Amino acid sequence: MATDLKTSADEVGVGEYQYGFRDSTENYVFHSRKGLDKAIVSQISEMKNEPAWMREFRLSALEVFFEKPMPNWGGDLTHLDFQDIYYYVKAAQGQEKSWDDVPEDIRKTYDRLGIPEAEKKYLAGVKAQYESEVVYGSLQEDLANKGVIFTDTDSAMKDHPDLFREYFATVIPSADNKFAALNSAVWSGGSFIYVPPGVQIEFPLQAYFRINSENMGQFERTLIIVDEGASVHYVEGCTAPTYSSESLHSAVVEIIVKKKARCRYTTIQNWSNNVYNLVTKRAMAYGDSLMEWVDGNLGSRLTMKYPAIYLMEPGARGETLSIAFAGKGQHQDAGSKMVHCAPNTRSRVISKSISKSGGRASYRGLVKFNKGSENSKSNVVCDALILDPISRSDTYPYIESEENNVTIEHEASVSKIGEEQLFYLMSRGLSEAEASAMIVTGFIEPLVKELPMEYAVEMNRLIELQMEGSVG
Amino acid sequence: MASLLKIEDLHVAVDEKPILKGVNLELRQGEVHALMGPNGSGKSTLAYALAGHPKYEITGGSIEIDGAKLNDLDPSERARLGIFLAFQYPVTIPGVKVADFLRHAVTNVRNPDRKEGEGLVPMKDFRKELRSRMEELGMDTEFARRYLNDGFSGGEKKRMEILQLAMLKPKFAILDETDSGLDSDAVKVVSEGVAKLSGPNMGVLIITHHERLLEFNHPHQVHVMLSGRIVETGDAALAKELHDLGYAGIRERHPQIAAEETEVAKV
Ligand SMILES: Nc1ncnc2c1ncn2[C@@H]1O[C@H](COP(=O)(O)OP(=O)(O)OP(=O)(O)O)[C@@H](O)[C@H]1O
Ligand SMILES: [Mg+2]
Repeated sequence: MATDLKTSADEVGVGEYQYGFRDSTENYVFHSRKGLDKAIVSQISEMKNEPAWMREFRLSALEVFFEKPMPNWGGDLTHLDFQDIYYYVKAAQGQEKSWDDVPEDIRKTYDRLGIPEAEKKYLAGVKAQYESEVVYGSLQEDLANKGVIFTDTDSAMKDHPDLFREYFATVIPSADNKFAALNSAVWSGGSFIYVPPGVQIEFPLQAYFRINSENMGQFERTLIIVDEGASVHYVEGCTAPTYSSESLHSAVVEIIVKKKARCRYTTIQNWSNNVYNLVTKRAMAYGDSLMEWVDGNLGSRLTMKYPAIYLMEPGARGETLSIAFAGKGQHQDAGSKMVHCAPNTRSRVISKSISKSGGRASYRGLVKFNKGSENSKSNVVCDALILDPISRSDTYPYIESEENNVTIEHEASVSKIGEEQLFYLMSRGLSEAEASAMIVTGFIEPLVKELPMEYAVEMNRLIELQMEGSVG
Repeated sequence: MASLLKIEDLHVAVDEKPILKGVNLELRQGEVHALMGPNGSGKSTLAYALAGHPKYEITGGSIEIDGAKLNDLDPSERARLGIFLAFQYPVTIPGVKVADFLRHAVTNVRNPDRKEGEGLVPMKDFRKELRSRMEELGMDTEFARRYLNDGFSGGEKKRMEILQLAMLKPKFAILDETDSGLDSDAVKVVSEGVAKLSGPNMGVLIITHHERLLEFNHPHQVHVMLSGRIVETGDAALAKELHDLGYAGIRERHPQIAAEETEVAKV
């Protein structure tokens, strides 16, 4: 049964996300059965027509997954039942070339998410992942002419086999952690980007992801290689409809930033309240390069995400800006990992969290100075805003150092919405909810202003919605 | 017809400590009143109580506009009815741009029945209006993009209060020591600004220790507060007496009330 999607473009807004919407599931081409075993993994590989090495890679990752214990830190994973999840769903047939070719109900869904506007605005390729496969993708010609590859990961494996195999799973081996192993076994979709030496991409490349099938997991796999002196900003956003039963999202993002290159990876995630979002993100930054993670987490039941940067060679810099909003029934366990492996490397982490209505936001971060990372510096700032007495915020900063000649600065603050601030704004005619929302958006503004315009607007609207009628 | 702000036998306590002990005052749209009095006598307390600060509890008496009681209204509702307080110590709101905040405020005050989430005043008109008000007050328009009072100097904060006053055009404005902390040029700009804004549609209550603001805004009445009460009301001559001779005369004329003054207030 298709949902009524007769919504005008004006009404397409974040307001809808609150309630969630979903489309017909009849058009799905293929549904694996629930659960996880060798047969399912082999079937996924077969459906995708993969080379033998990938099939082997998946099967050995599956073994690692079964062997590794569940993490007993971070958040509560006891309700996560791996056998109650679909690991592969394929919507529509193959790859579509243009927007008009995209099946109608999928297109309507994306209309509601405003994707065509986004595409027009940024004039970059939109890679929209619907279910487990990429069904729509377009790439600006000039990018192609410059030798940039921007495609879905499955296609990259087929069309650029050597390049793909050279880097795939080199940053995050399948044995890295239980969820990286899971993703390695069942991954599907995701983006692949290669930027040749010296090529600067001036506008952000975007991808949209969403979950849209009950009990469906998404295991996208993203691989970005920024060659020497090149630069790219990749933006990934997602919103999810609300479903009643548990859902799992476990992505792996691998990034290689070569000498003097720059990469910024921006994510805004707004999963529905039943989603476990367990993501492994890691970048290797080489000499004099710059890697930046900008990470916004709203929604989900539990998010565990600690984007990492390994500063591999002298002069490498890493930066993580992270925003977390934990509402009712939500736990955001987010943070960052900075590993200094070479002299004269710099890292900076700025984390802002908001917790409300019993939500819990934790910052969990590691800064590590390996032997030989002398003259390196790290600066970590964590600010938490707690909106009511039933909500919670914690900070778990870990520091490990094998070098003496390094500098680490760590600042943490926890605050509440000030009565005087609230009074000041209200005395100018703002309602209590509006005043609170304004204080909250002001709190995260230093990070929000780093987002592309549309995301910043959406982020602020989401915060406003979260604050509405919530105070008192 | 000109609106009337009527304060009757107002008692206000902070943390259960009585501060105002029966204040009476009537301010009409179009009038300028001055409120003077020694430090700690309760002038800011009256201002906060009028604006509806939750910490300033009304324990007796009433505040009314044209007969409608304000006592139980929250600050937002009072603002929408036309009350404006220019703060003695304006608060900093990090990350909130002056223009964004003001557009919201202007929208609500001009459409008092607006519900949360409904549209704001059109951006273009708003910008134009904001720009001309800023120019009139000799403010760099760059301030519109800065975070509200964040890193502002004392004088800049005061000017920002007057800018808000100019944009919100309330029926009743209470200026709490808006002239303090300003250099003499700024006092002139602000005083002229207030004089221009006040007119028949605004009643102004000027709380001040100085005369300058009153030179430009000639008060119809001057009230003197002592220990939580208005003990005298007169004309500009009274302001001049206080300016030249201080509060000794007032204390002599009201020895019982003066005896209630806290030690802090006396120094
Ligand atoms: N929030 C508060 N908490 C505790 N005491 C308060 C508070 N606000 C006012 N008071 C007390 O009430 C009395 C009156 O203070 P108020 O600020 O109204 O004086 P004022 O006349 O404005 O003085 P000034 O000329 O110094 O601005 C003082 O004794 C002050 O300490
Ligand atoms: Mg005062």
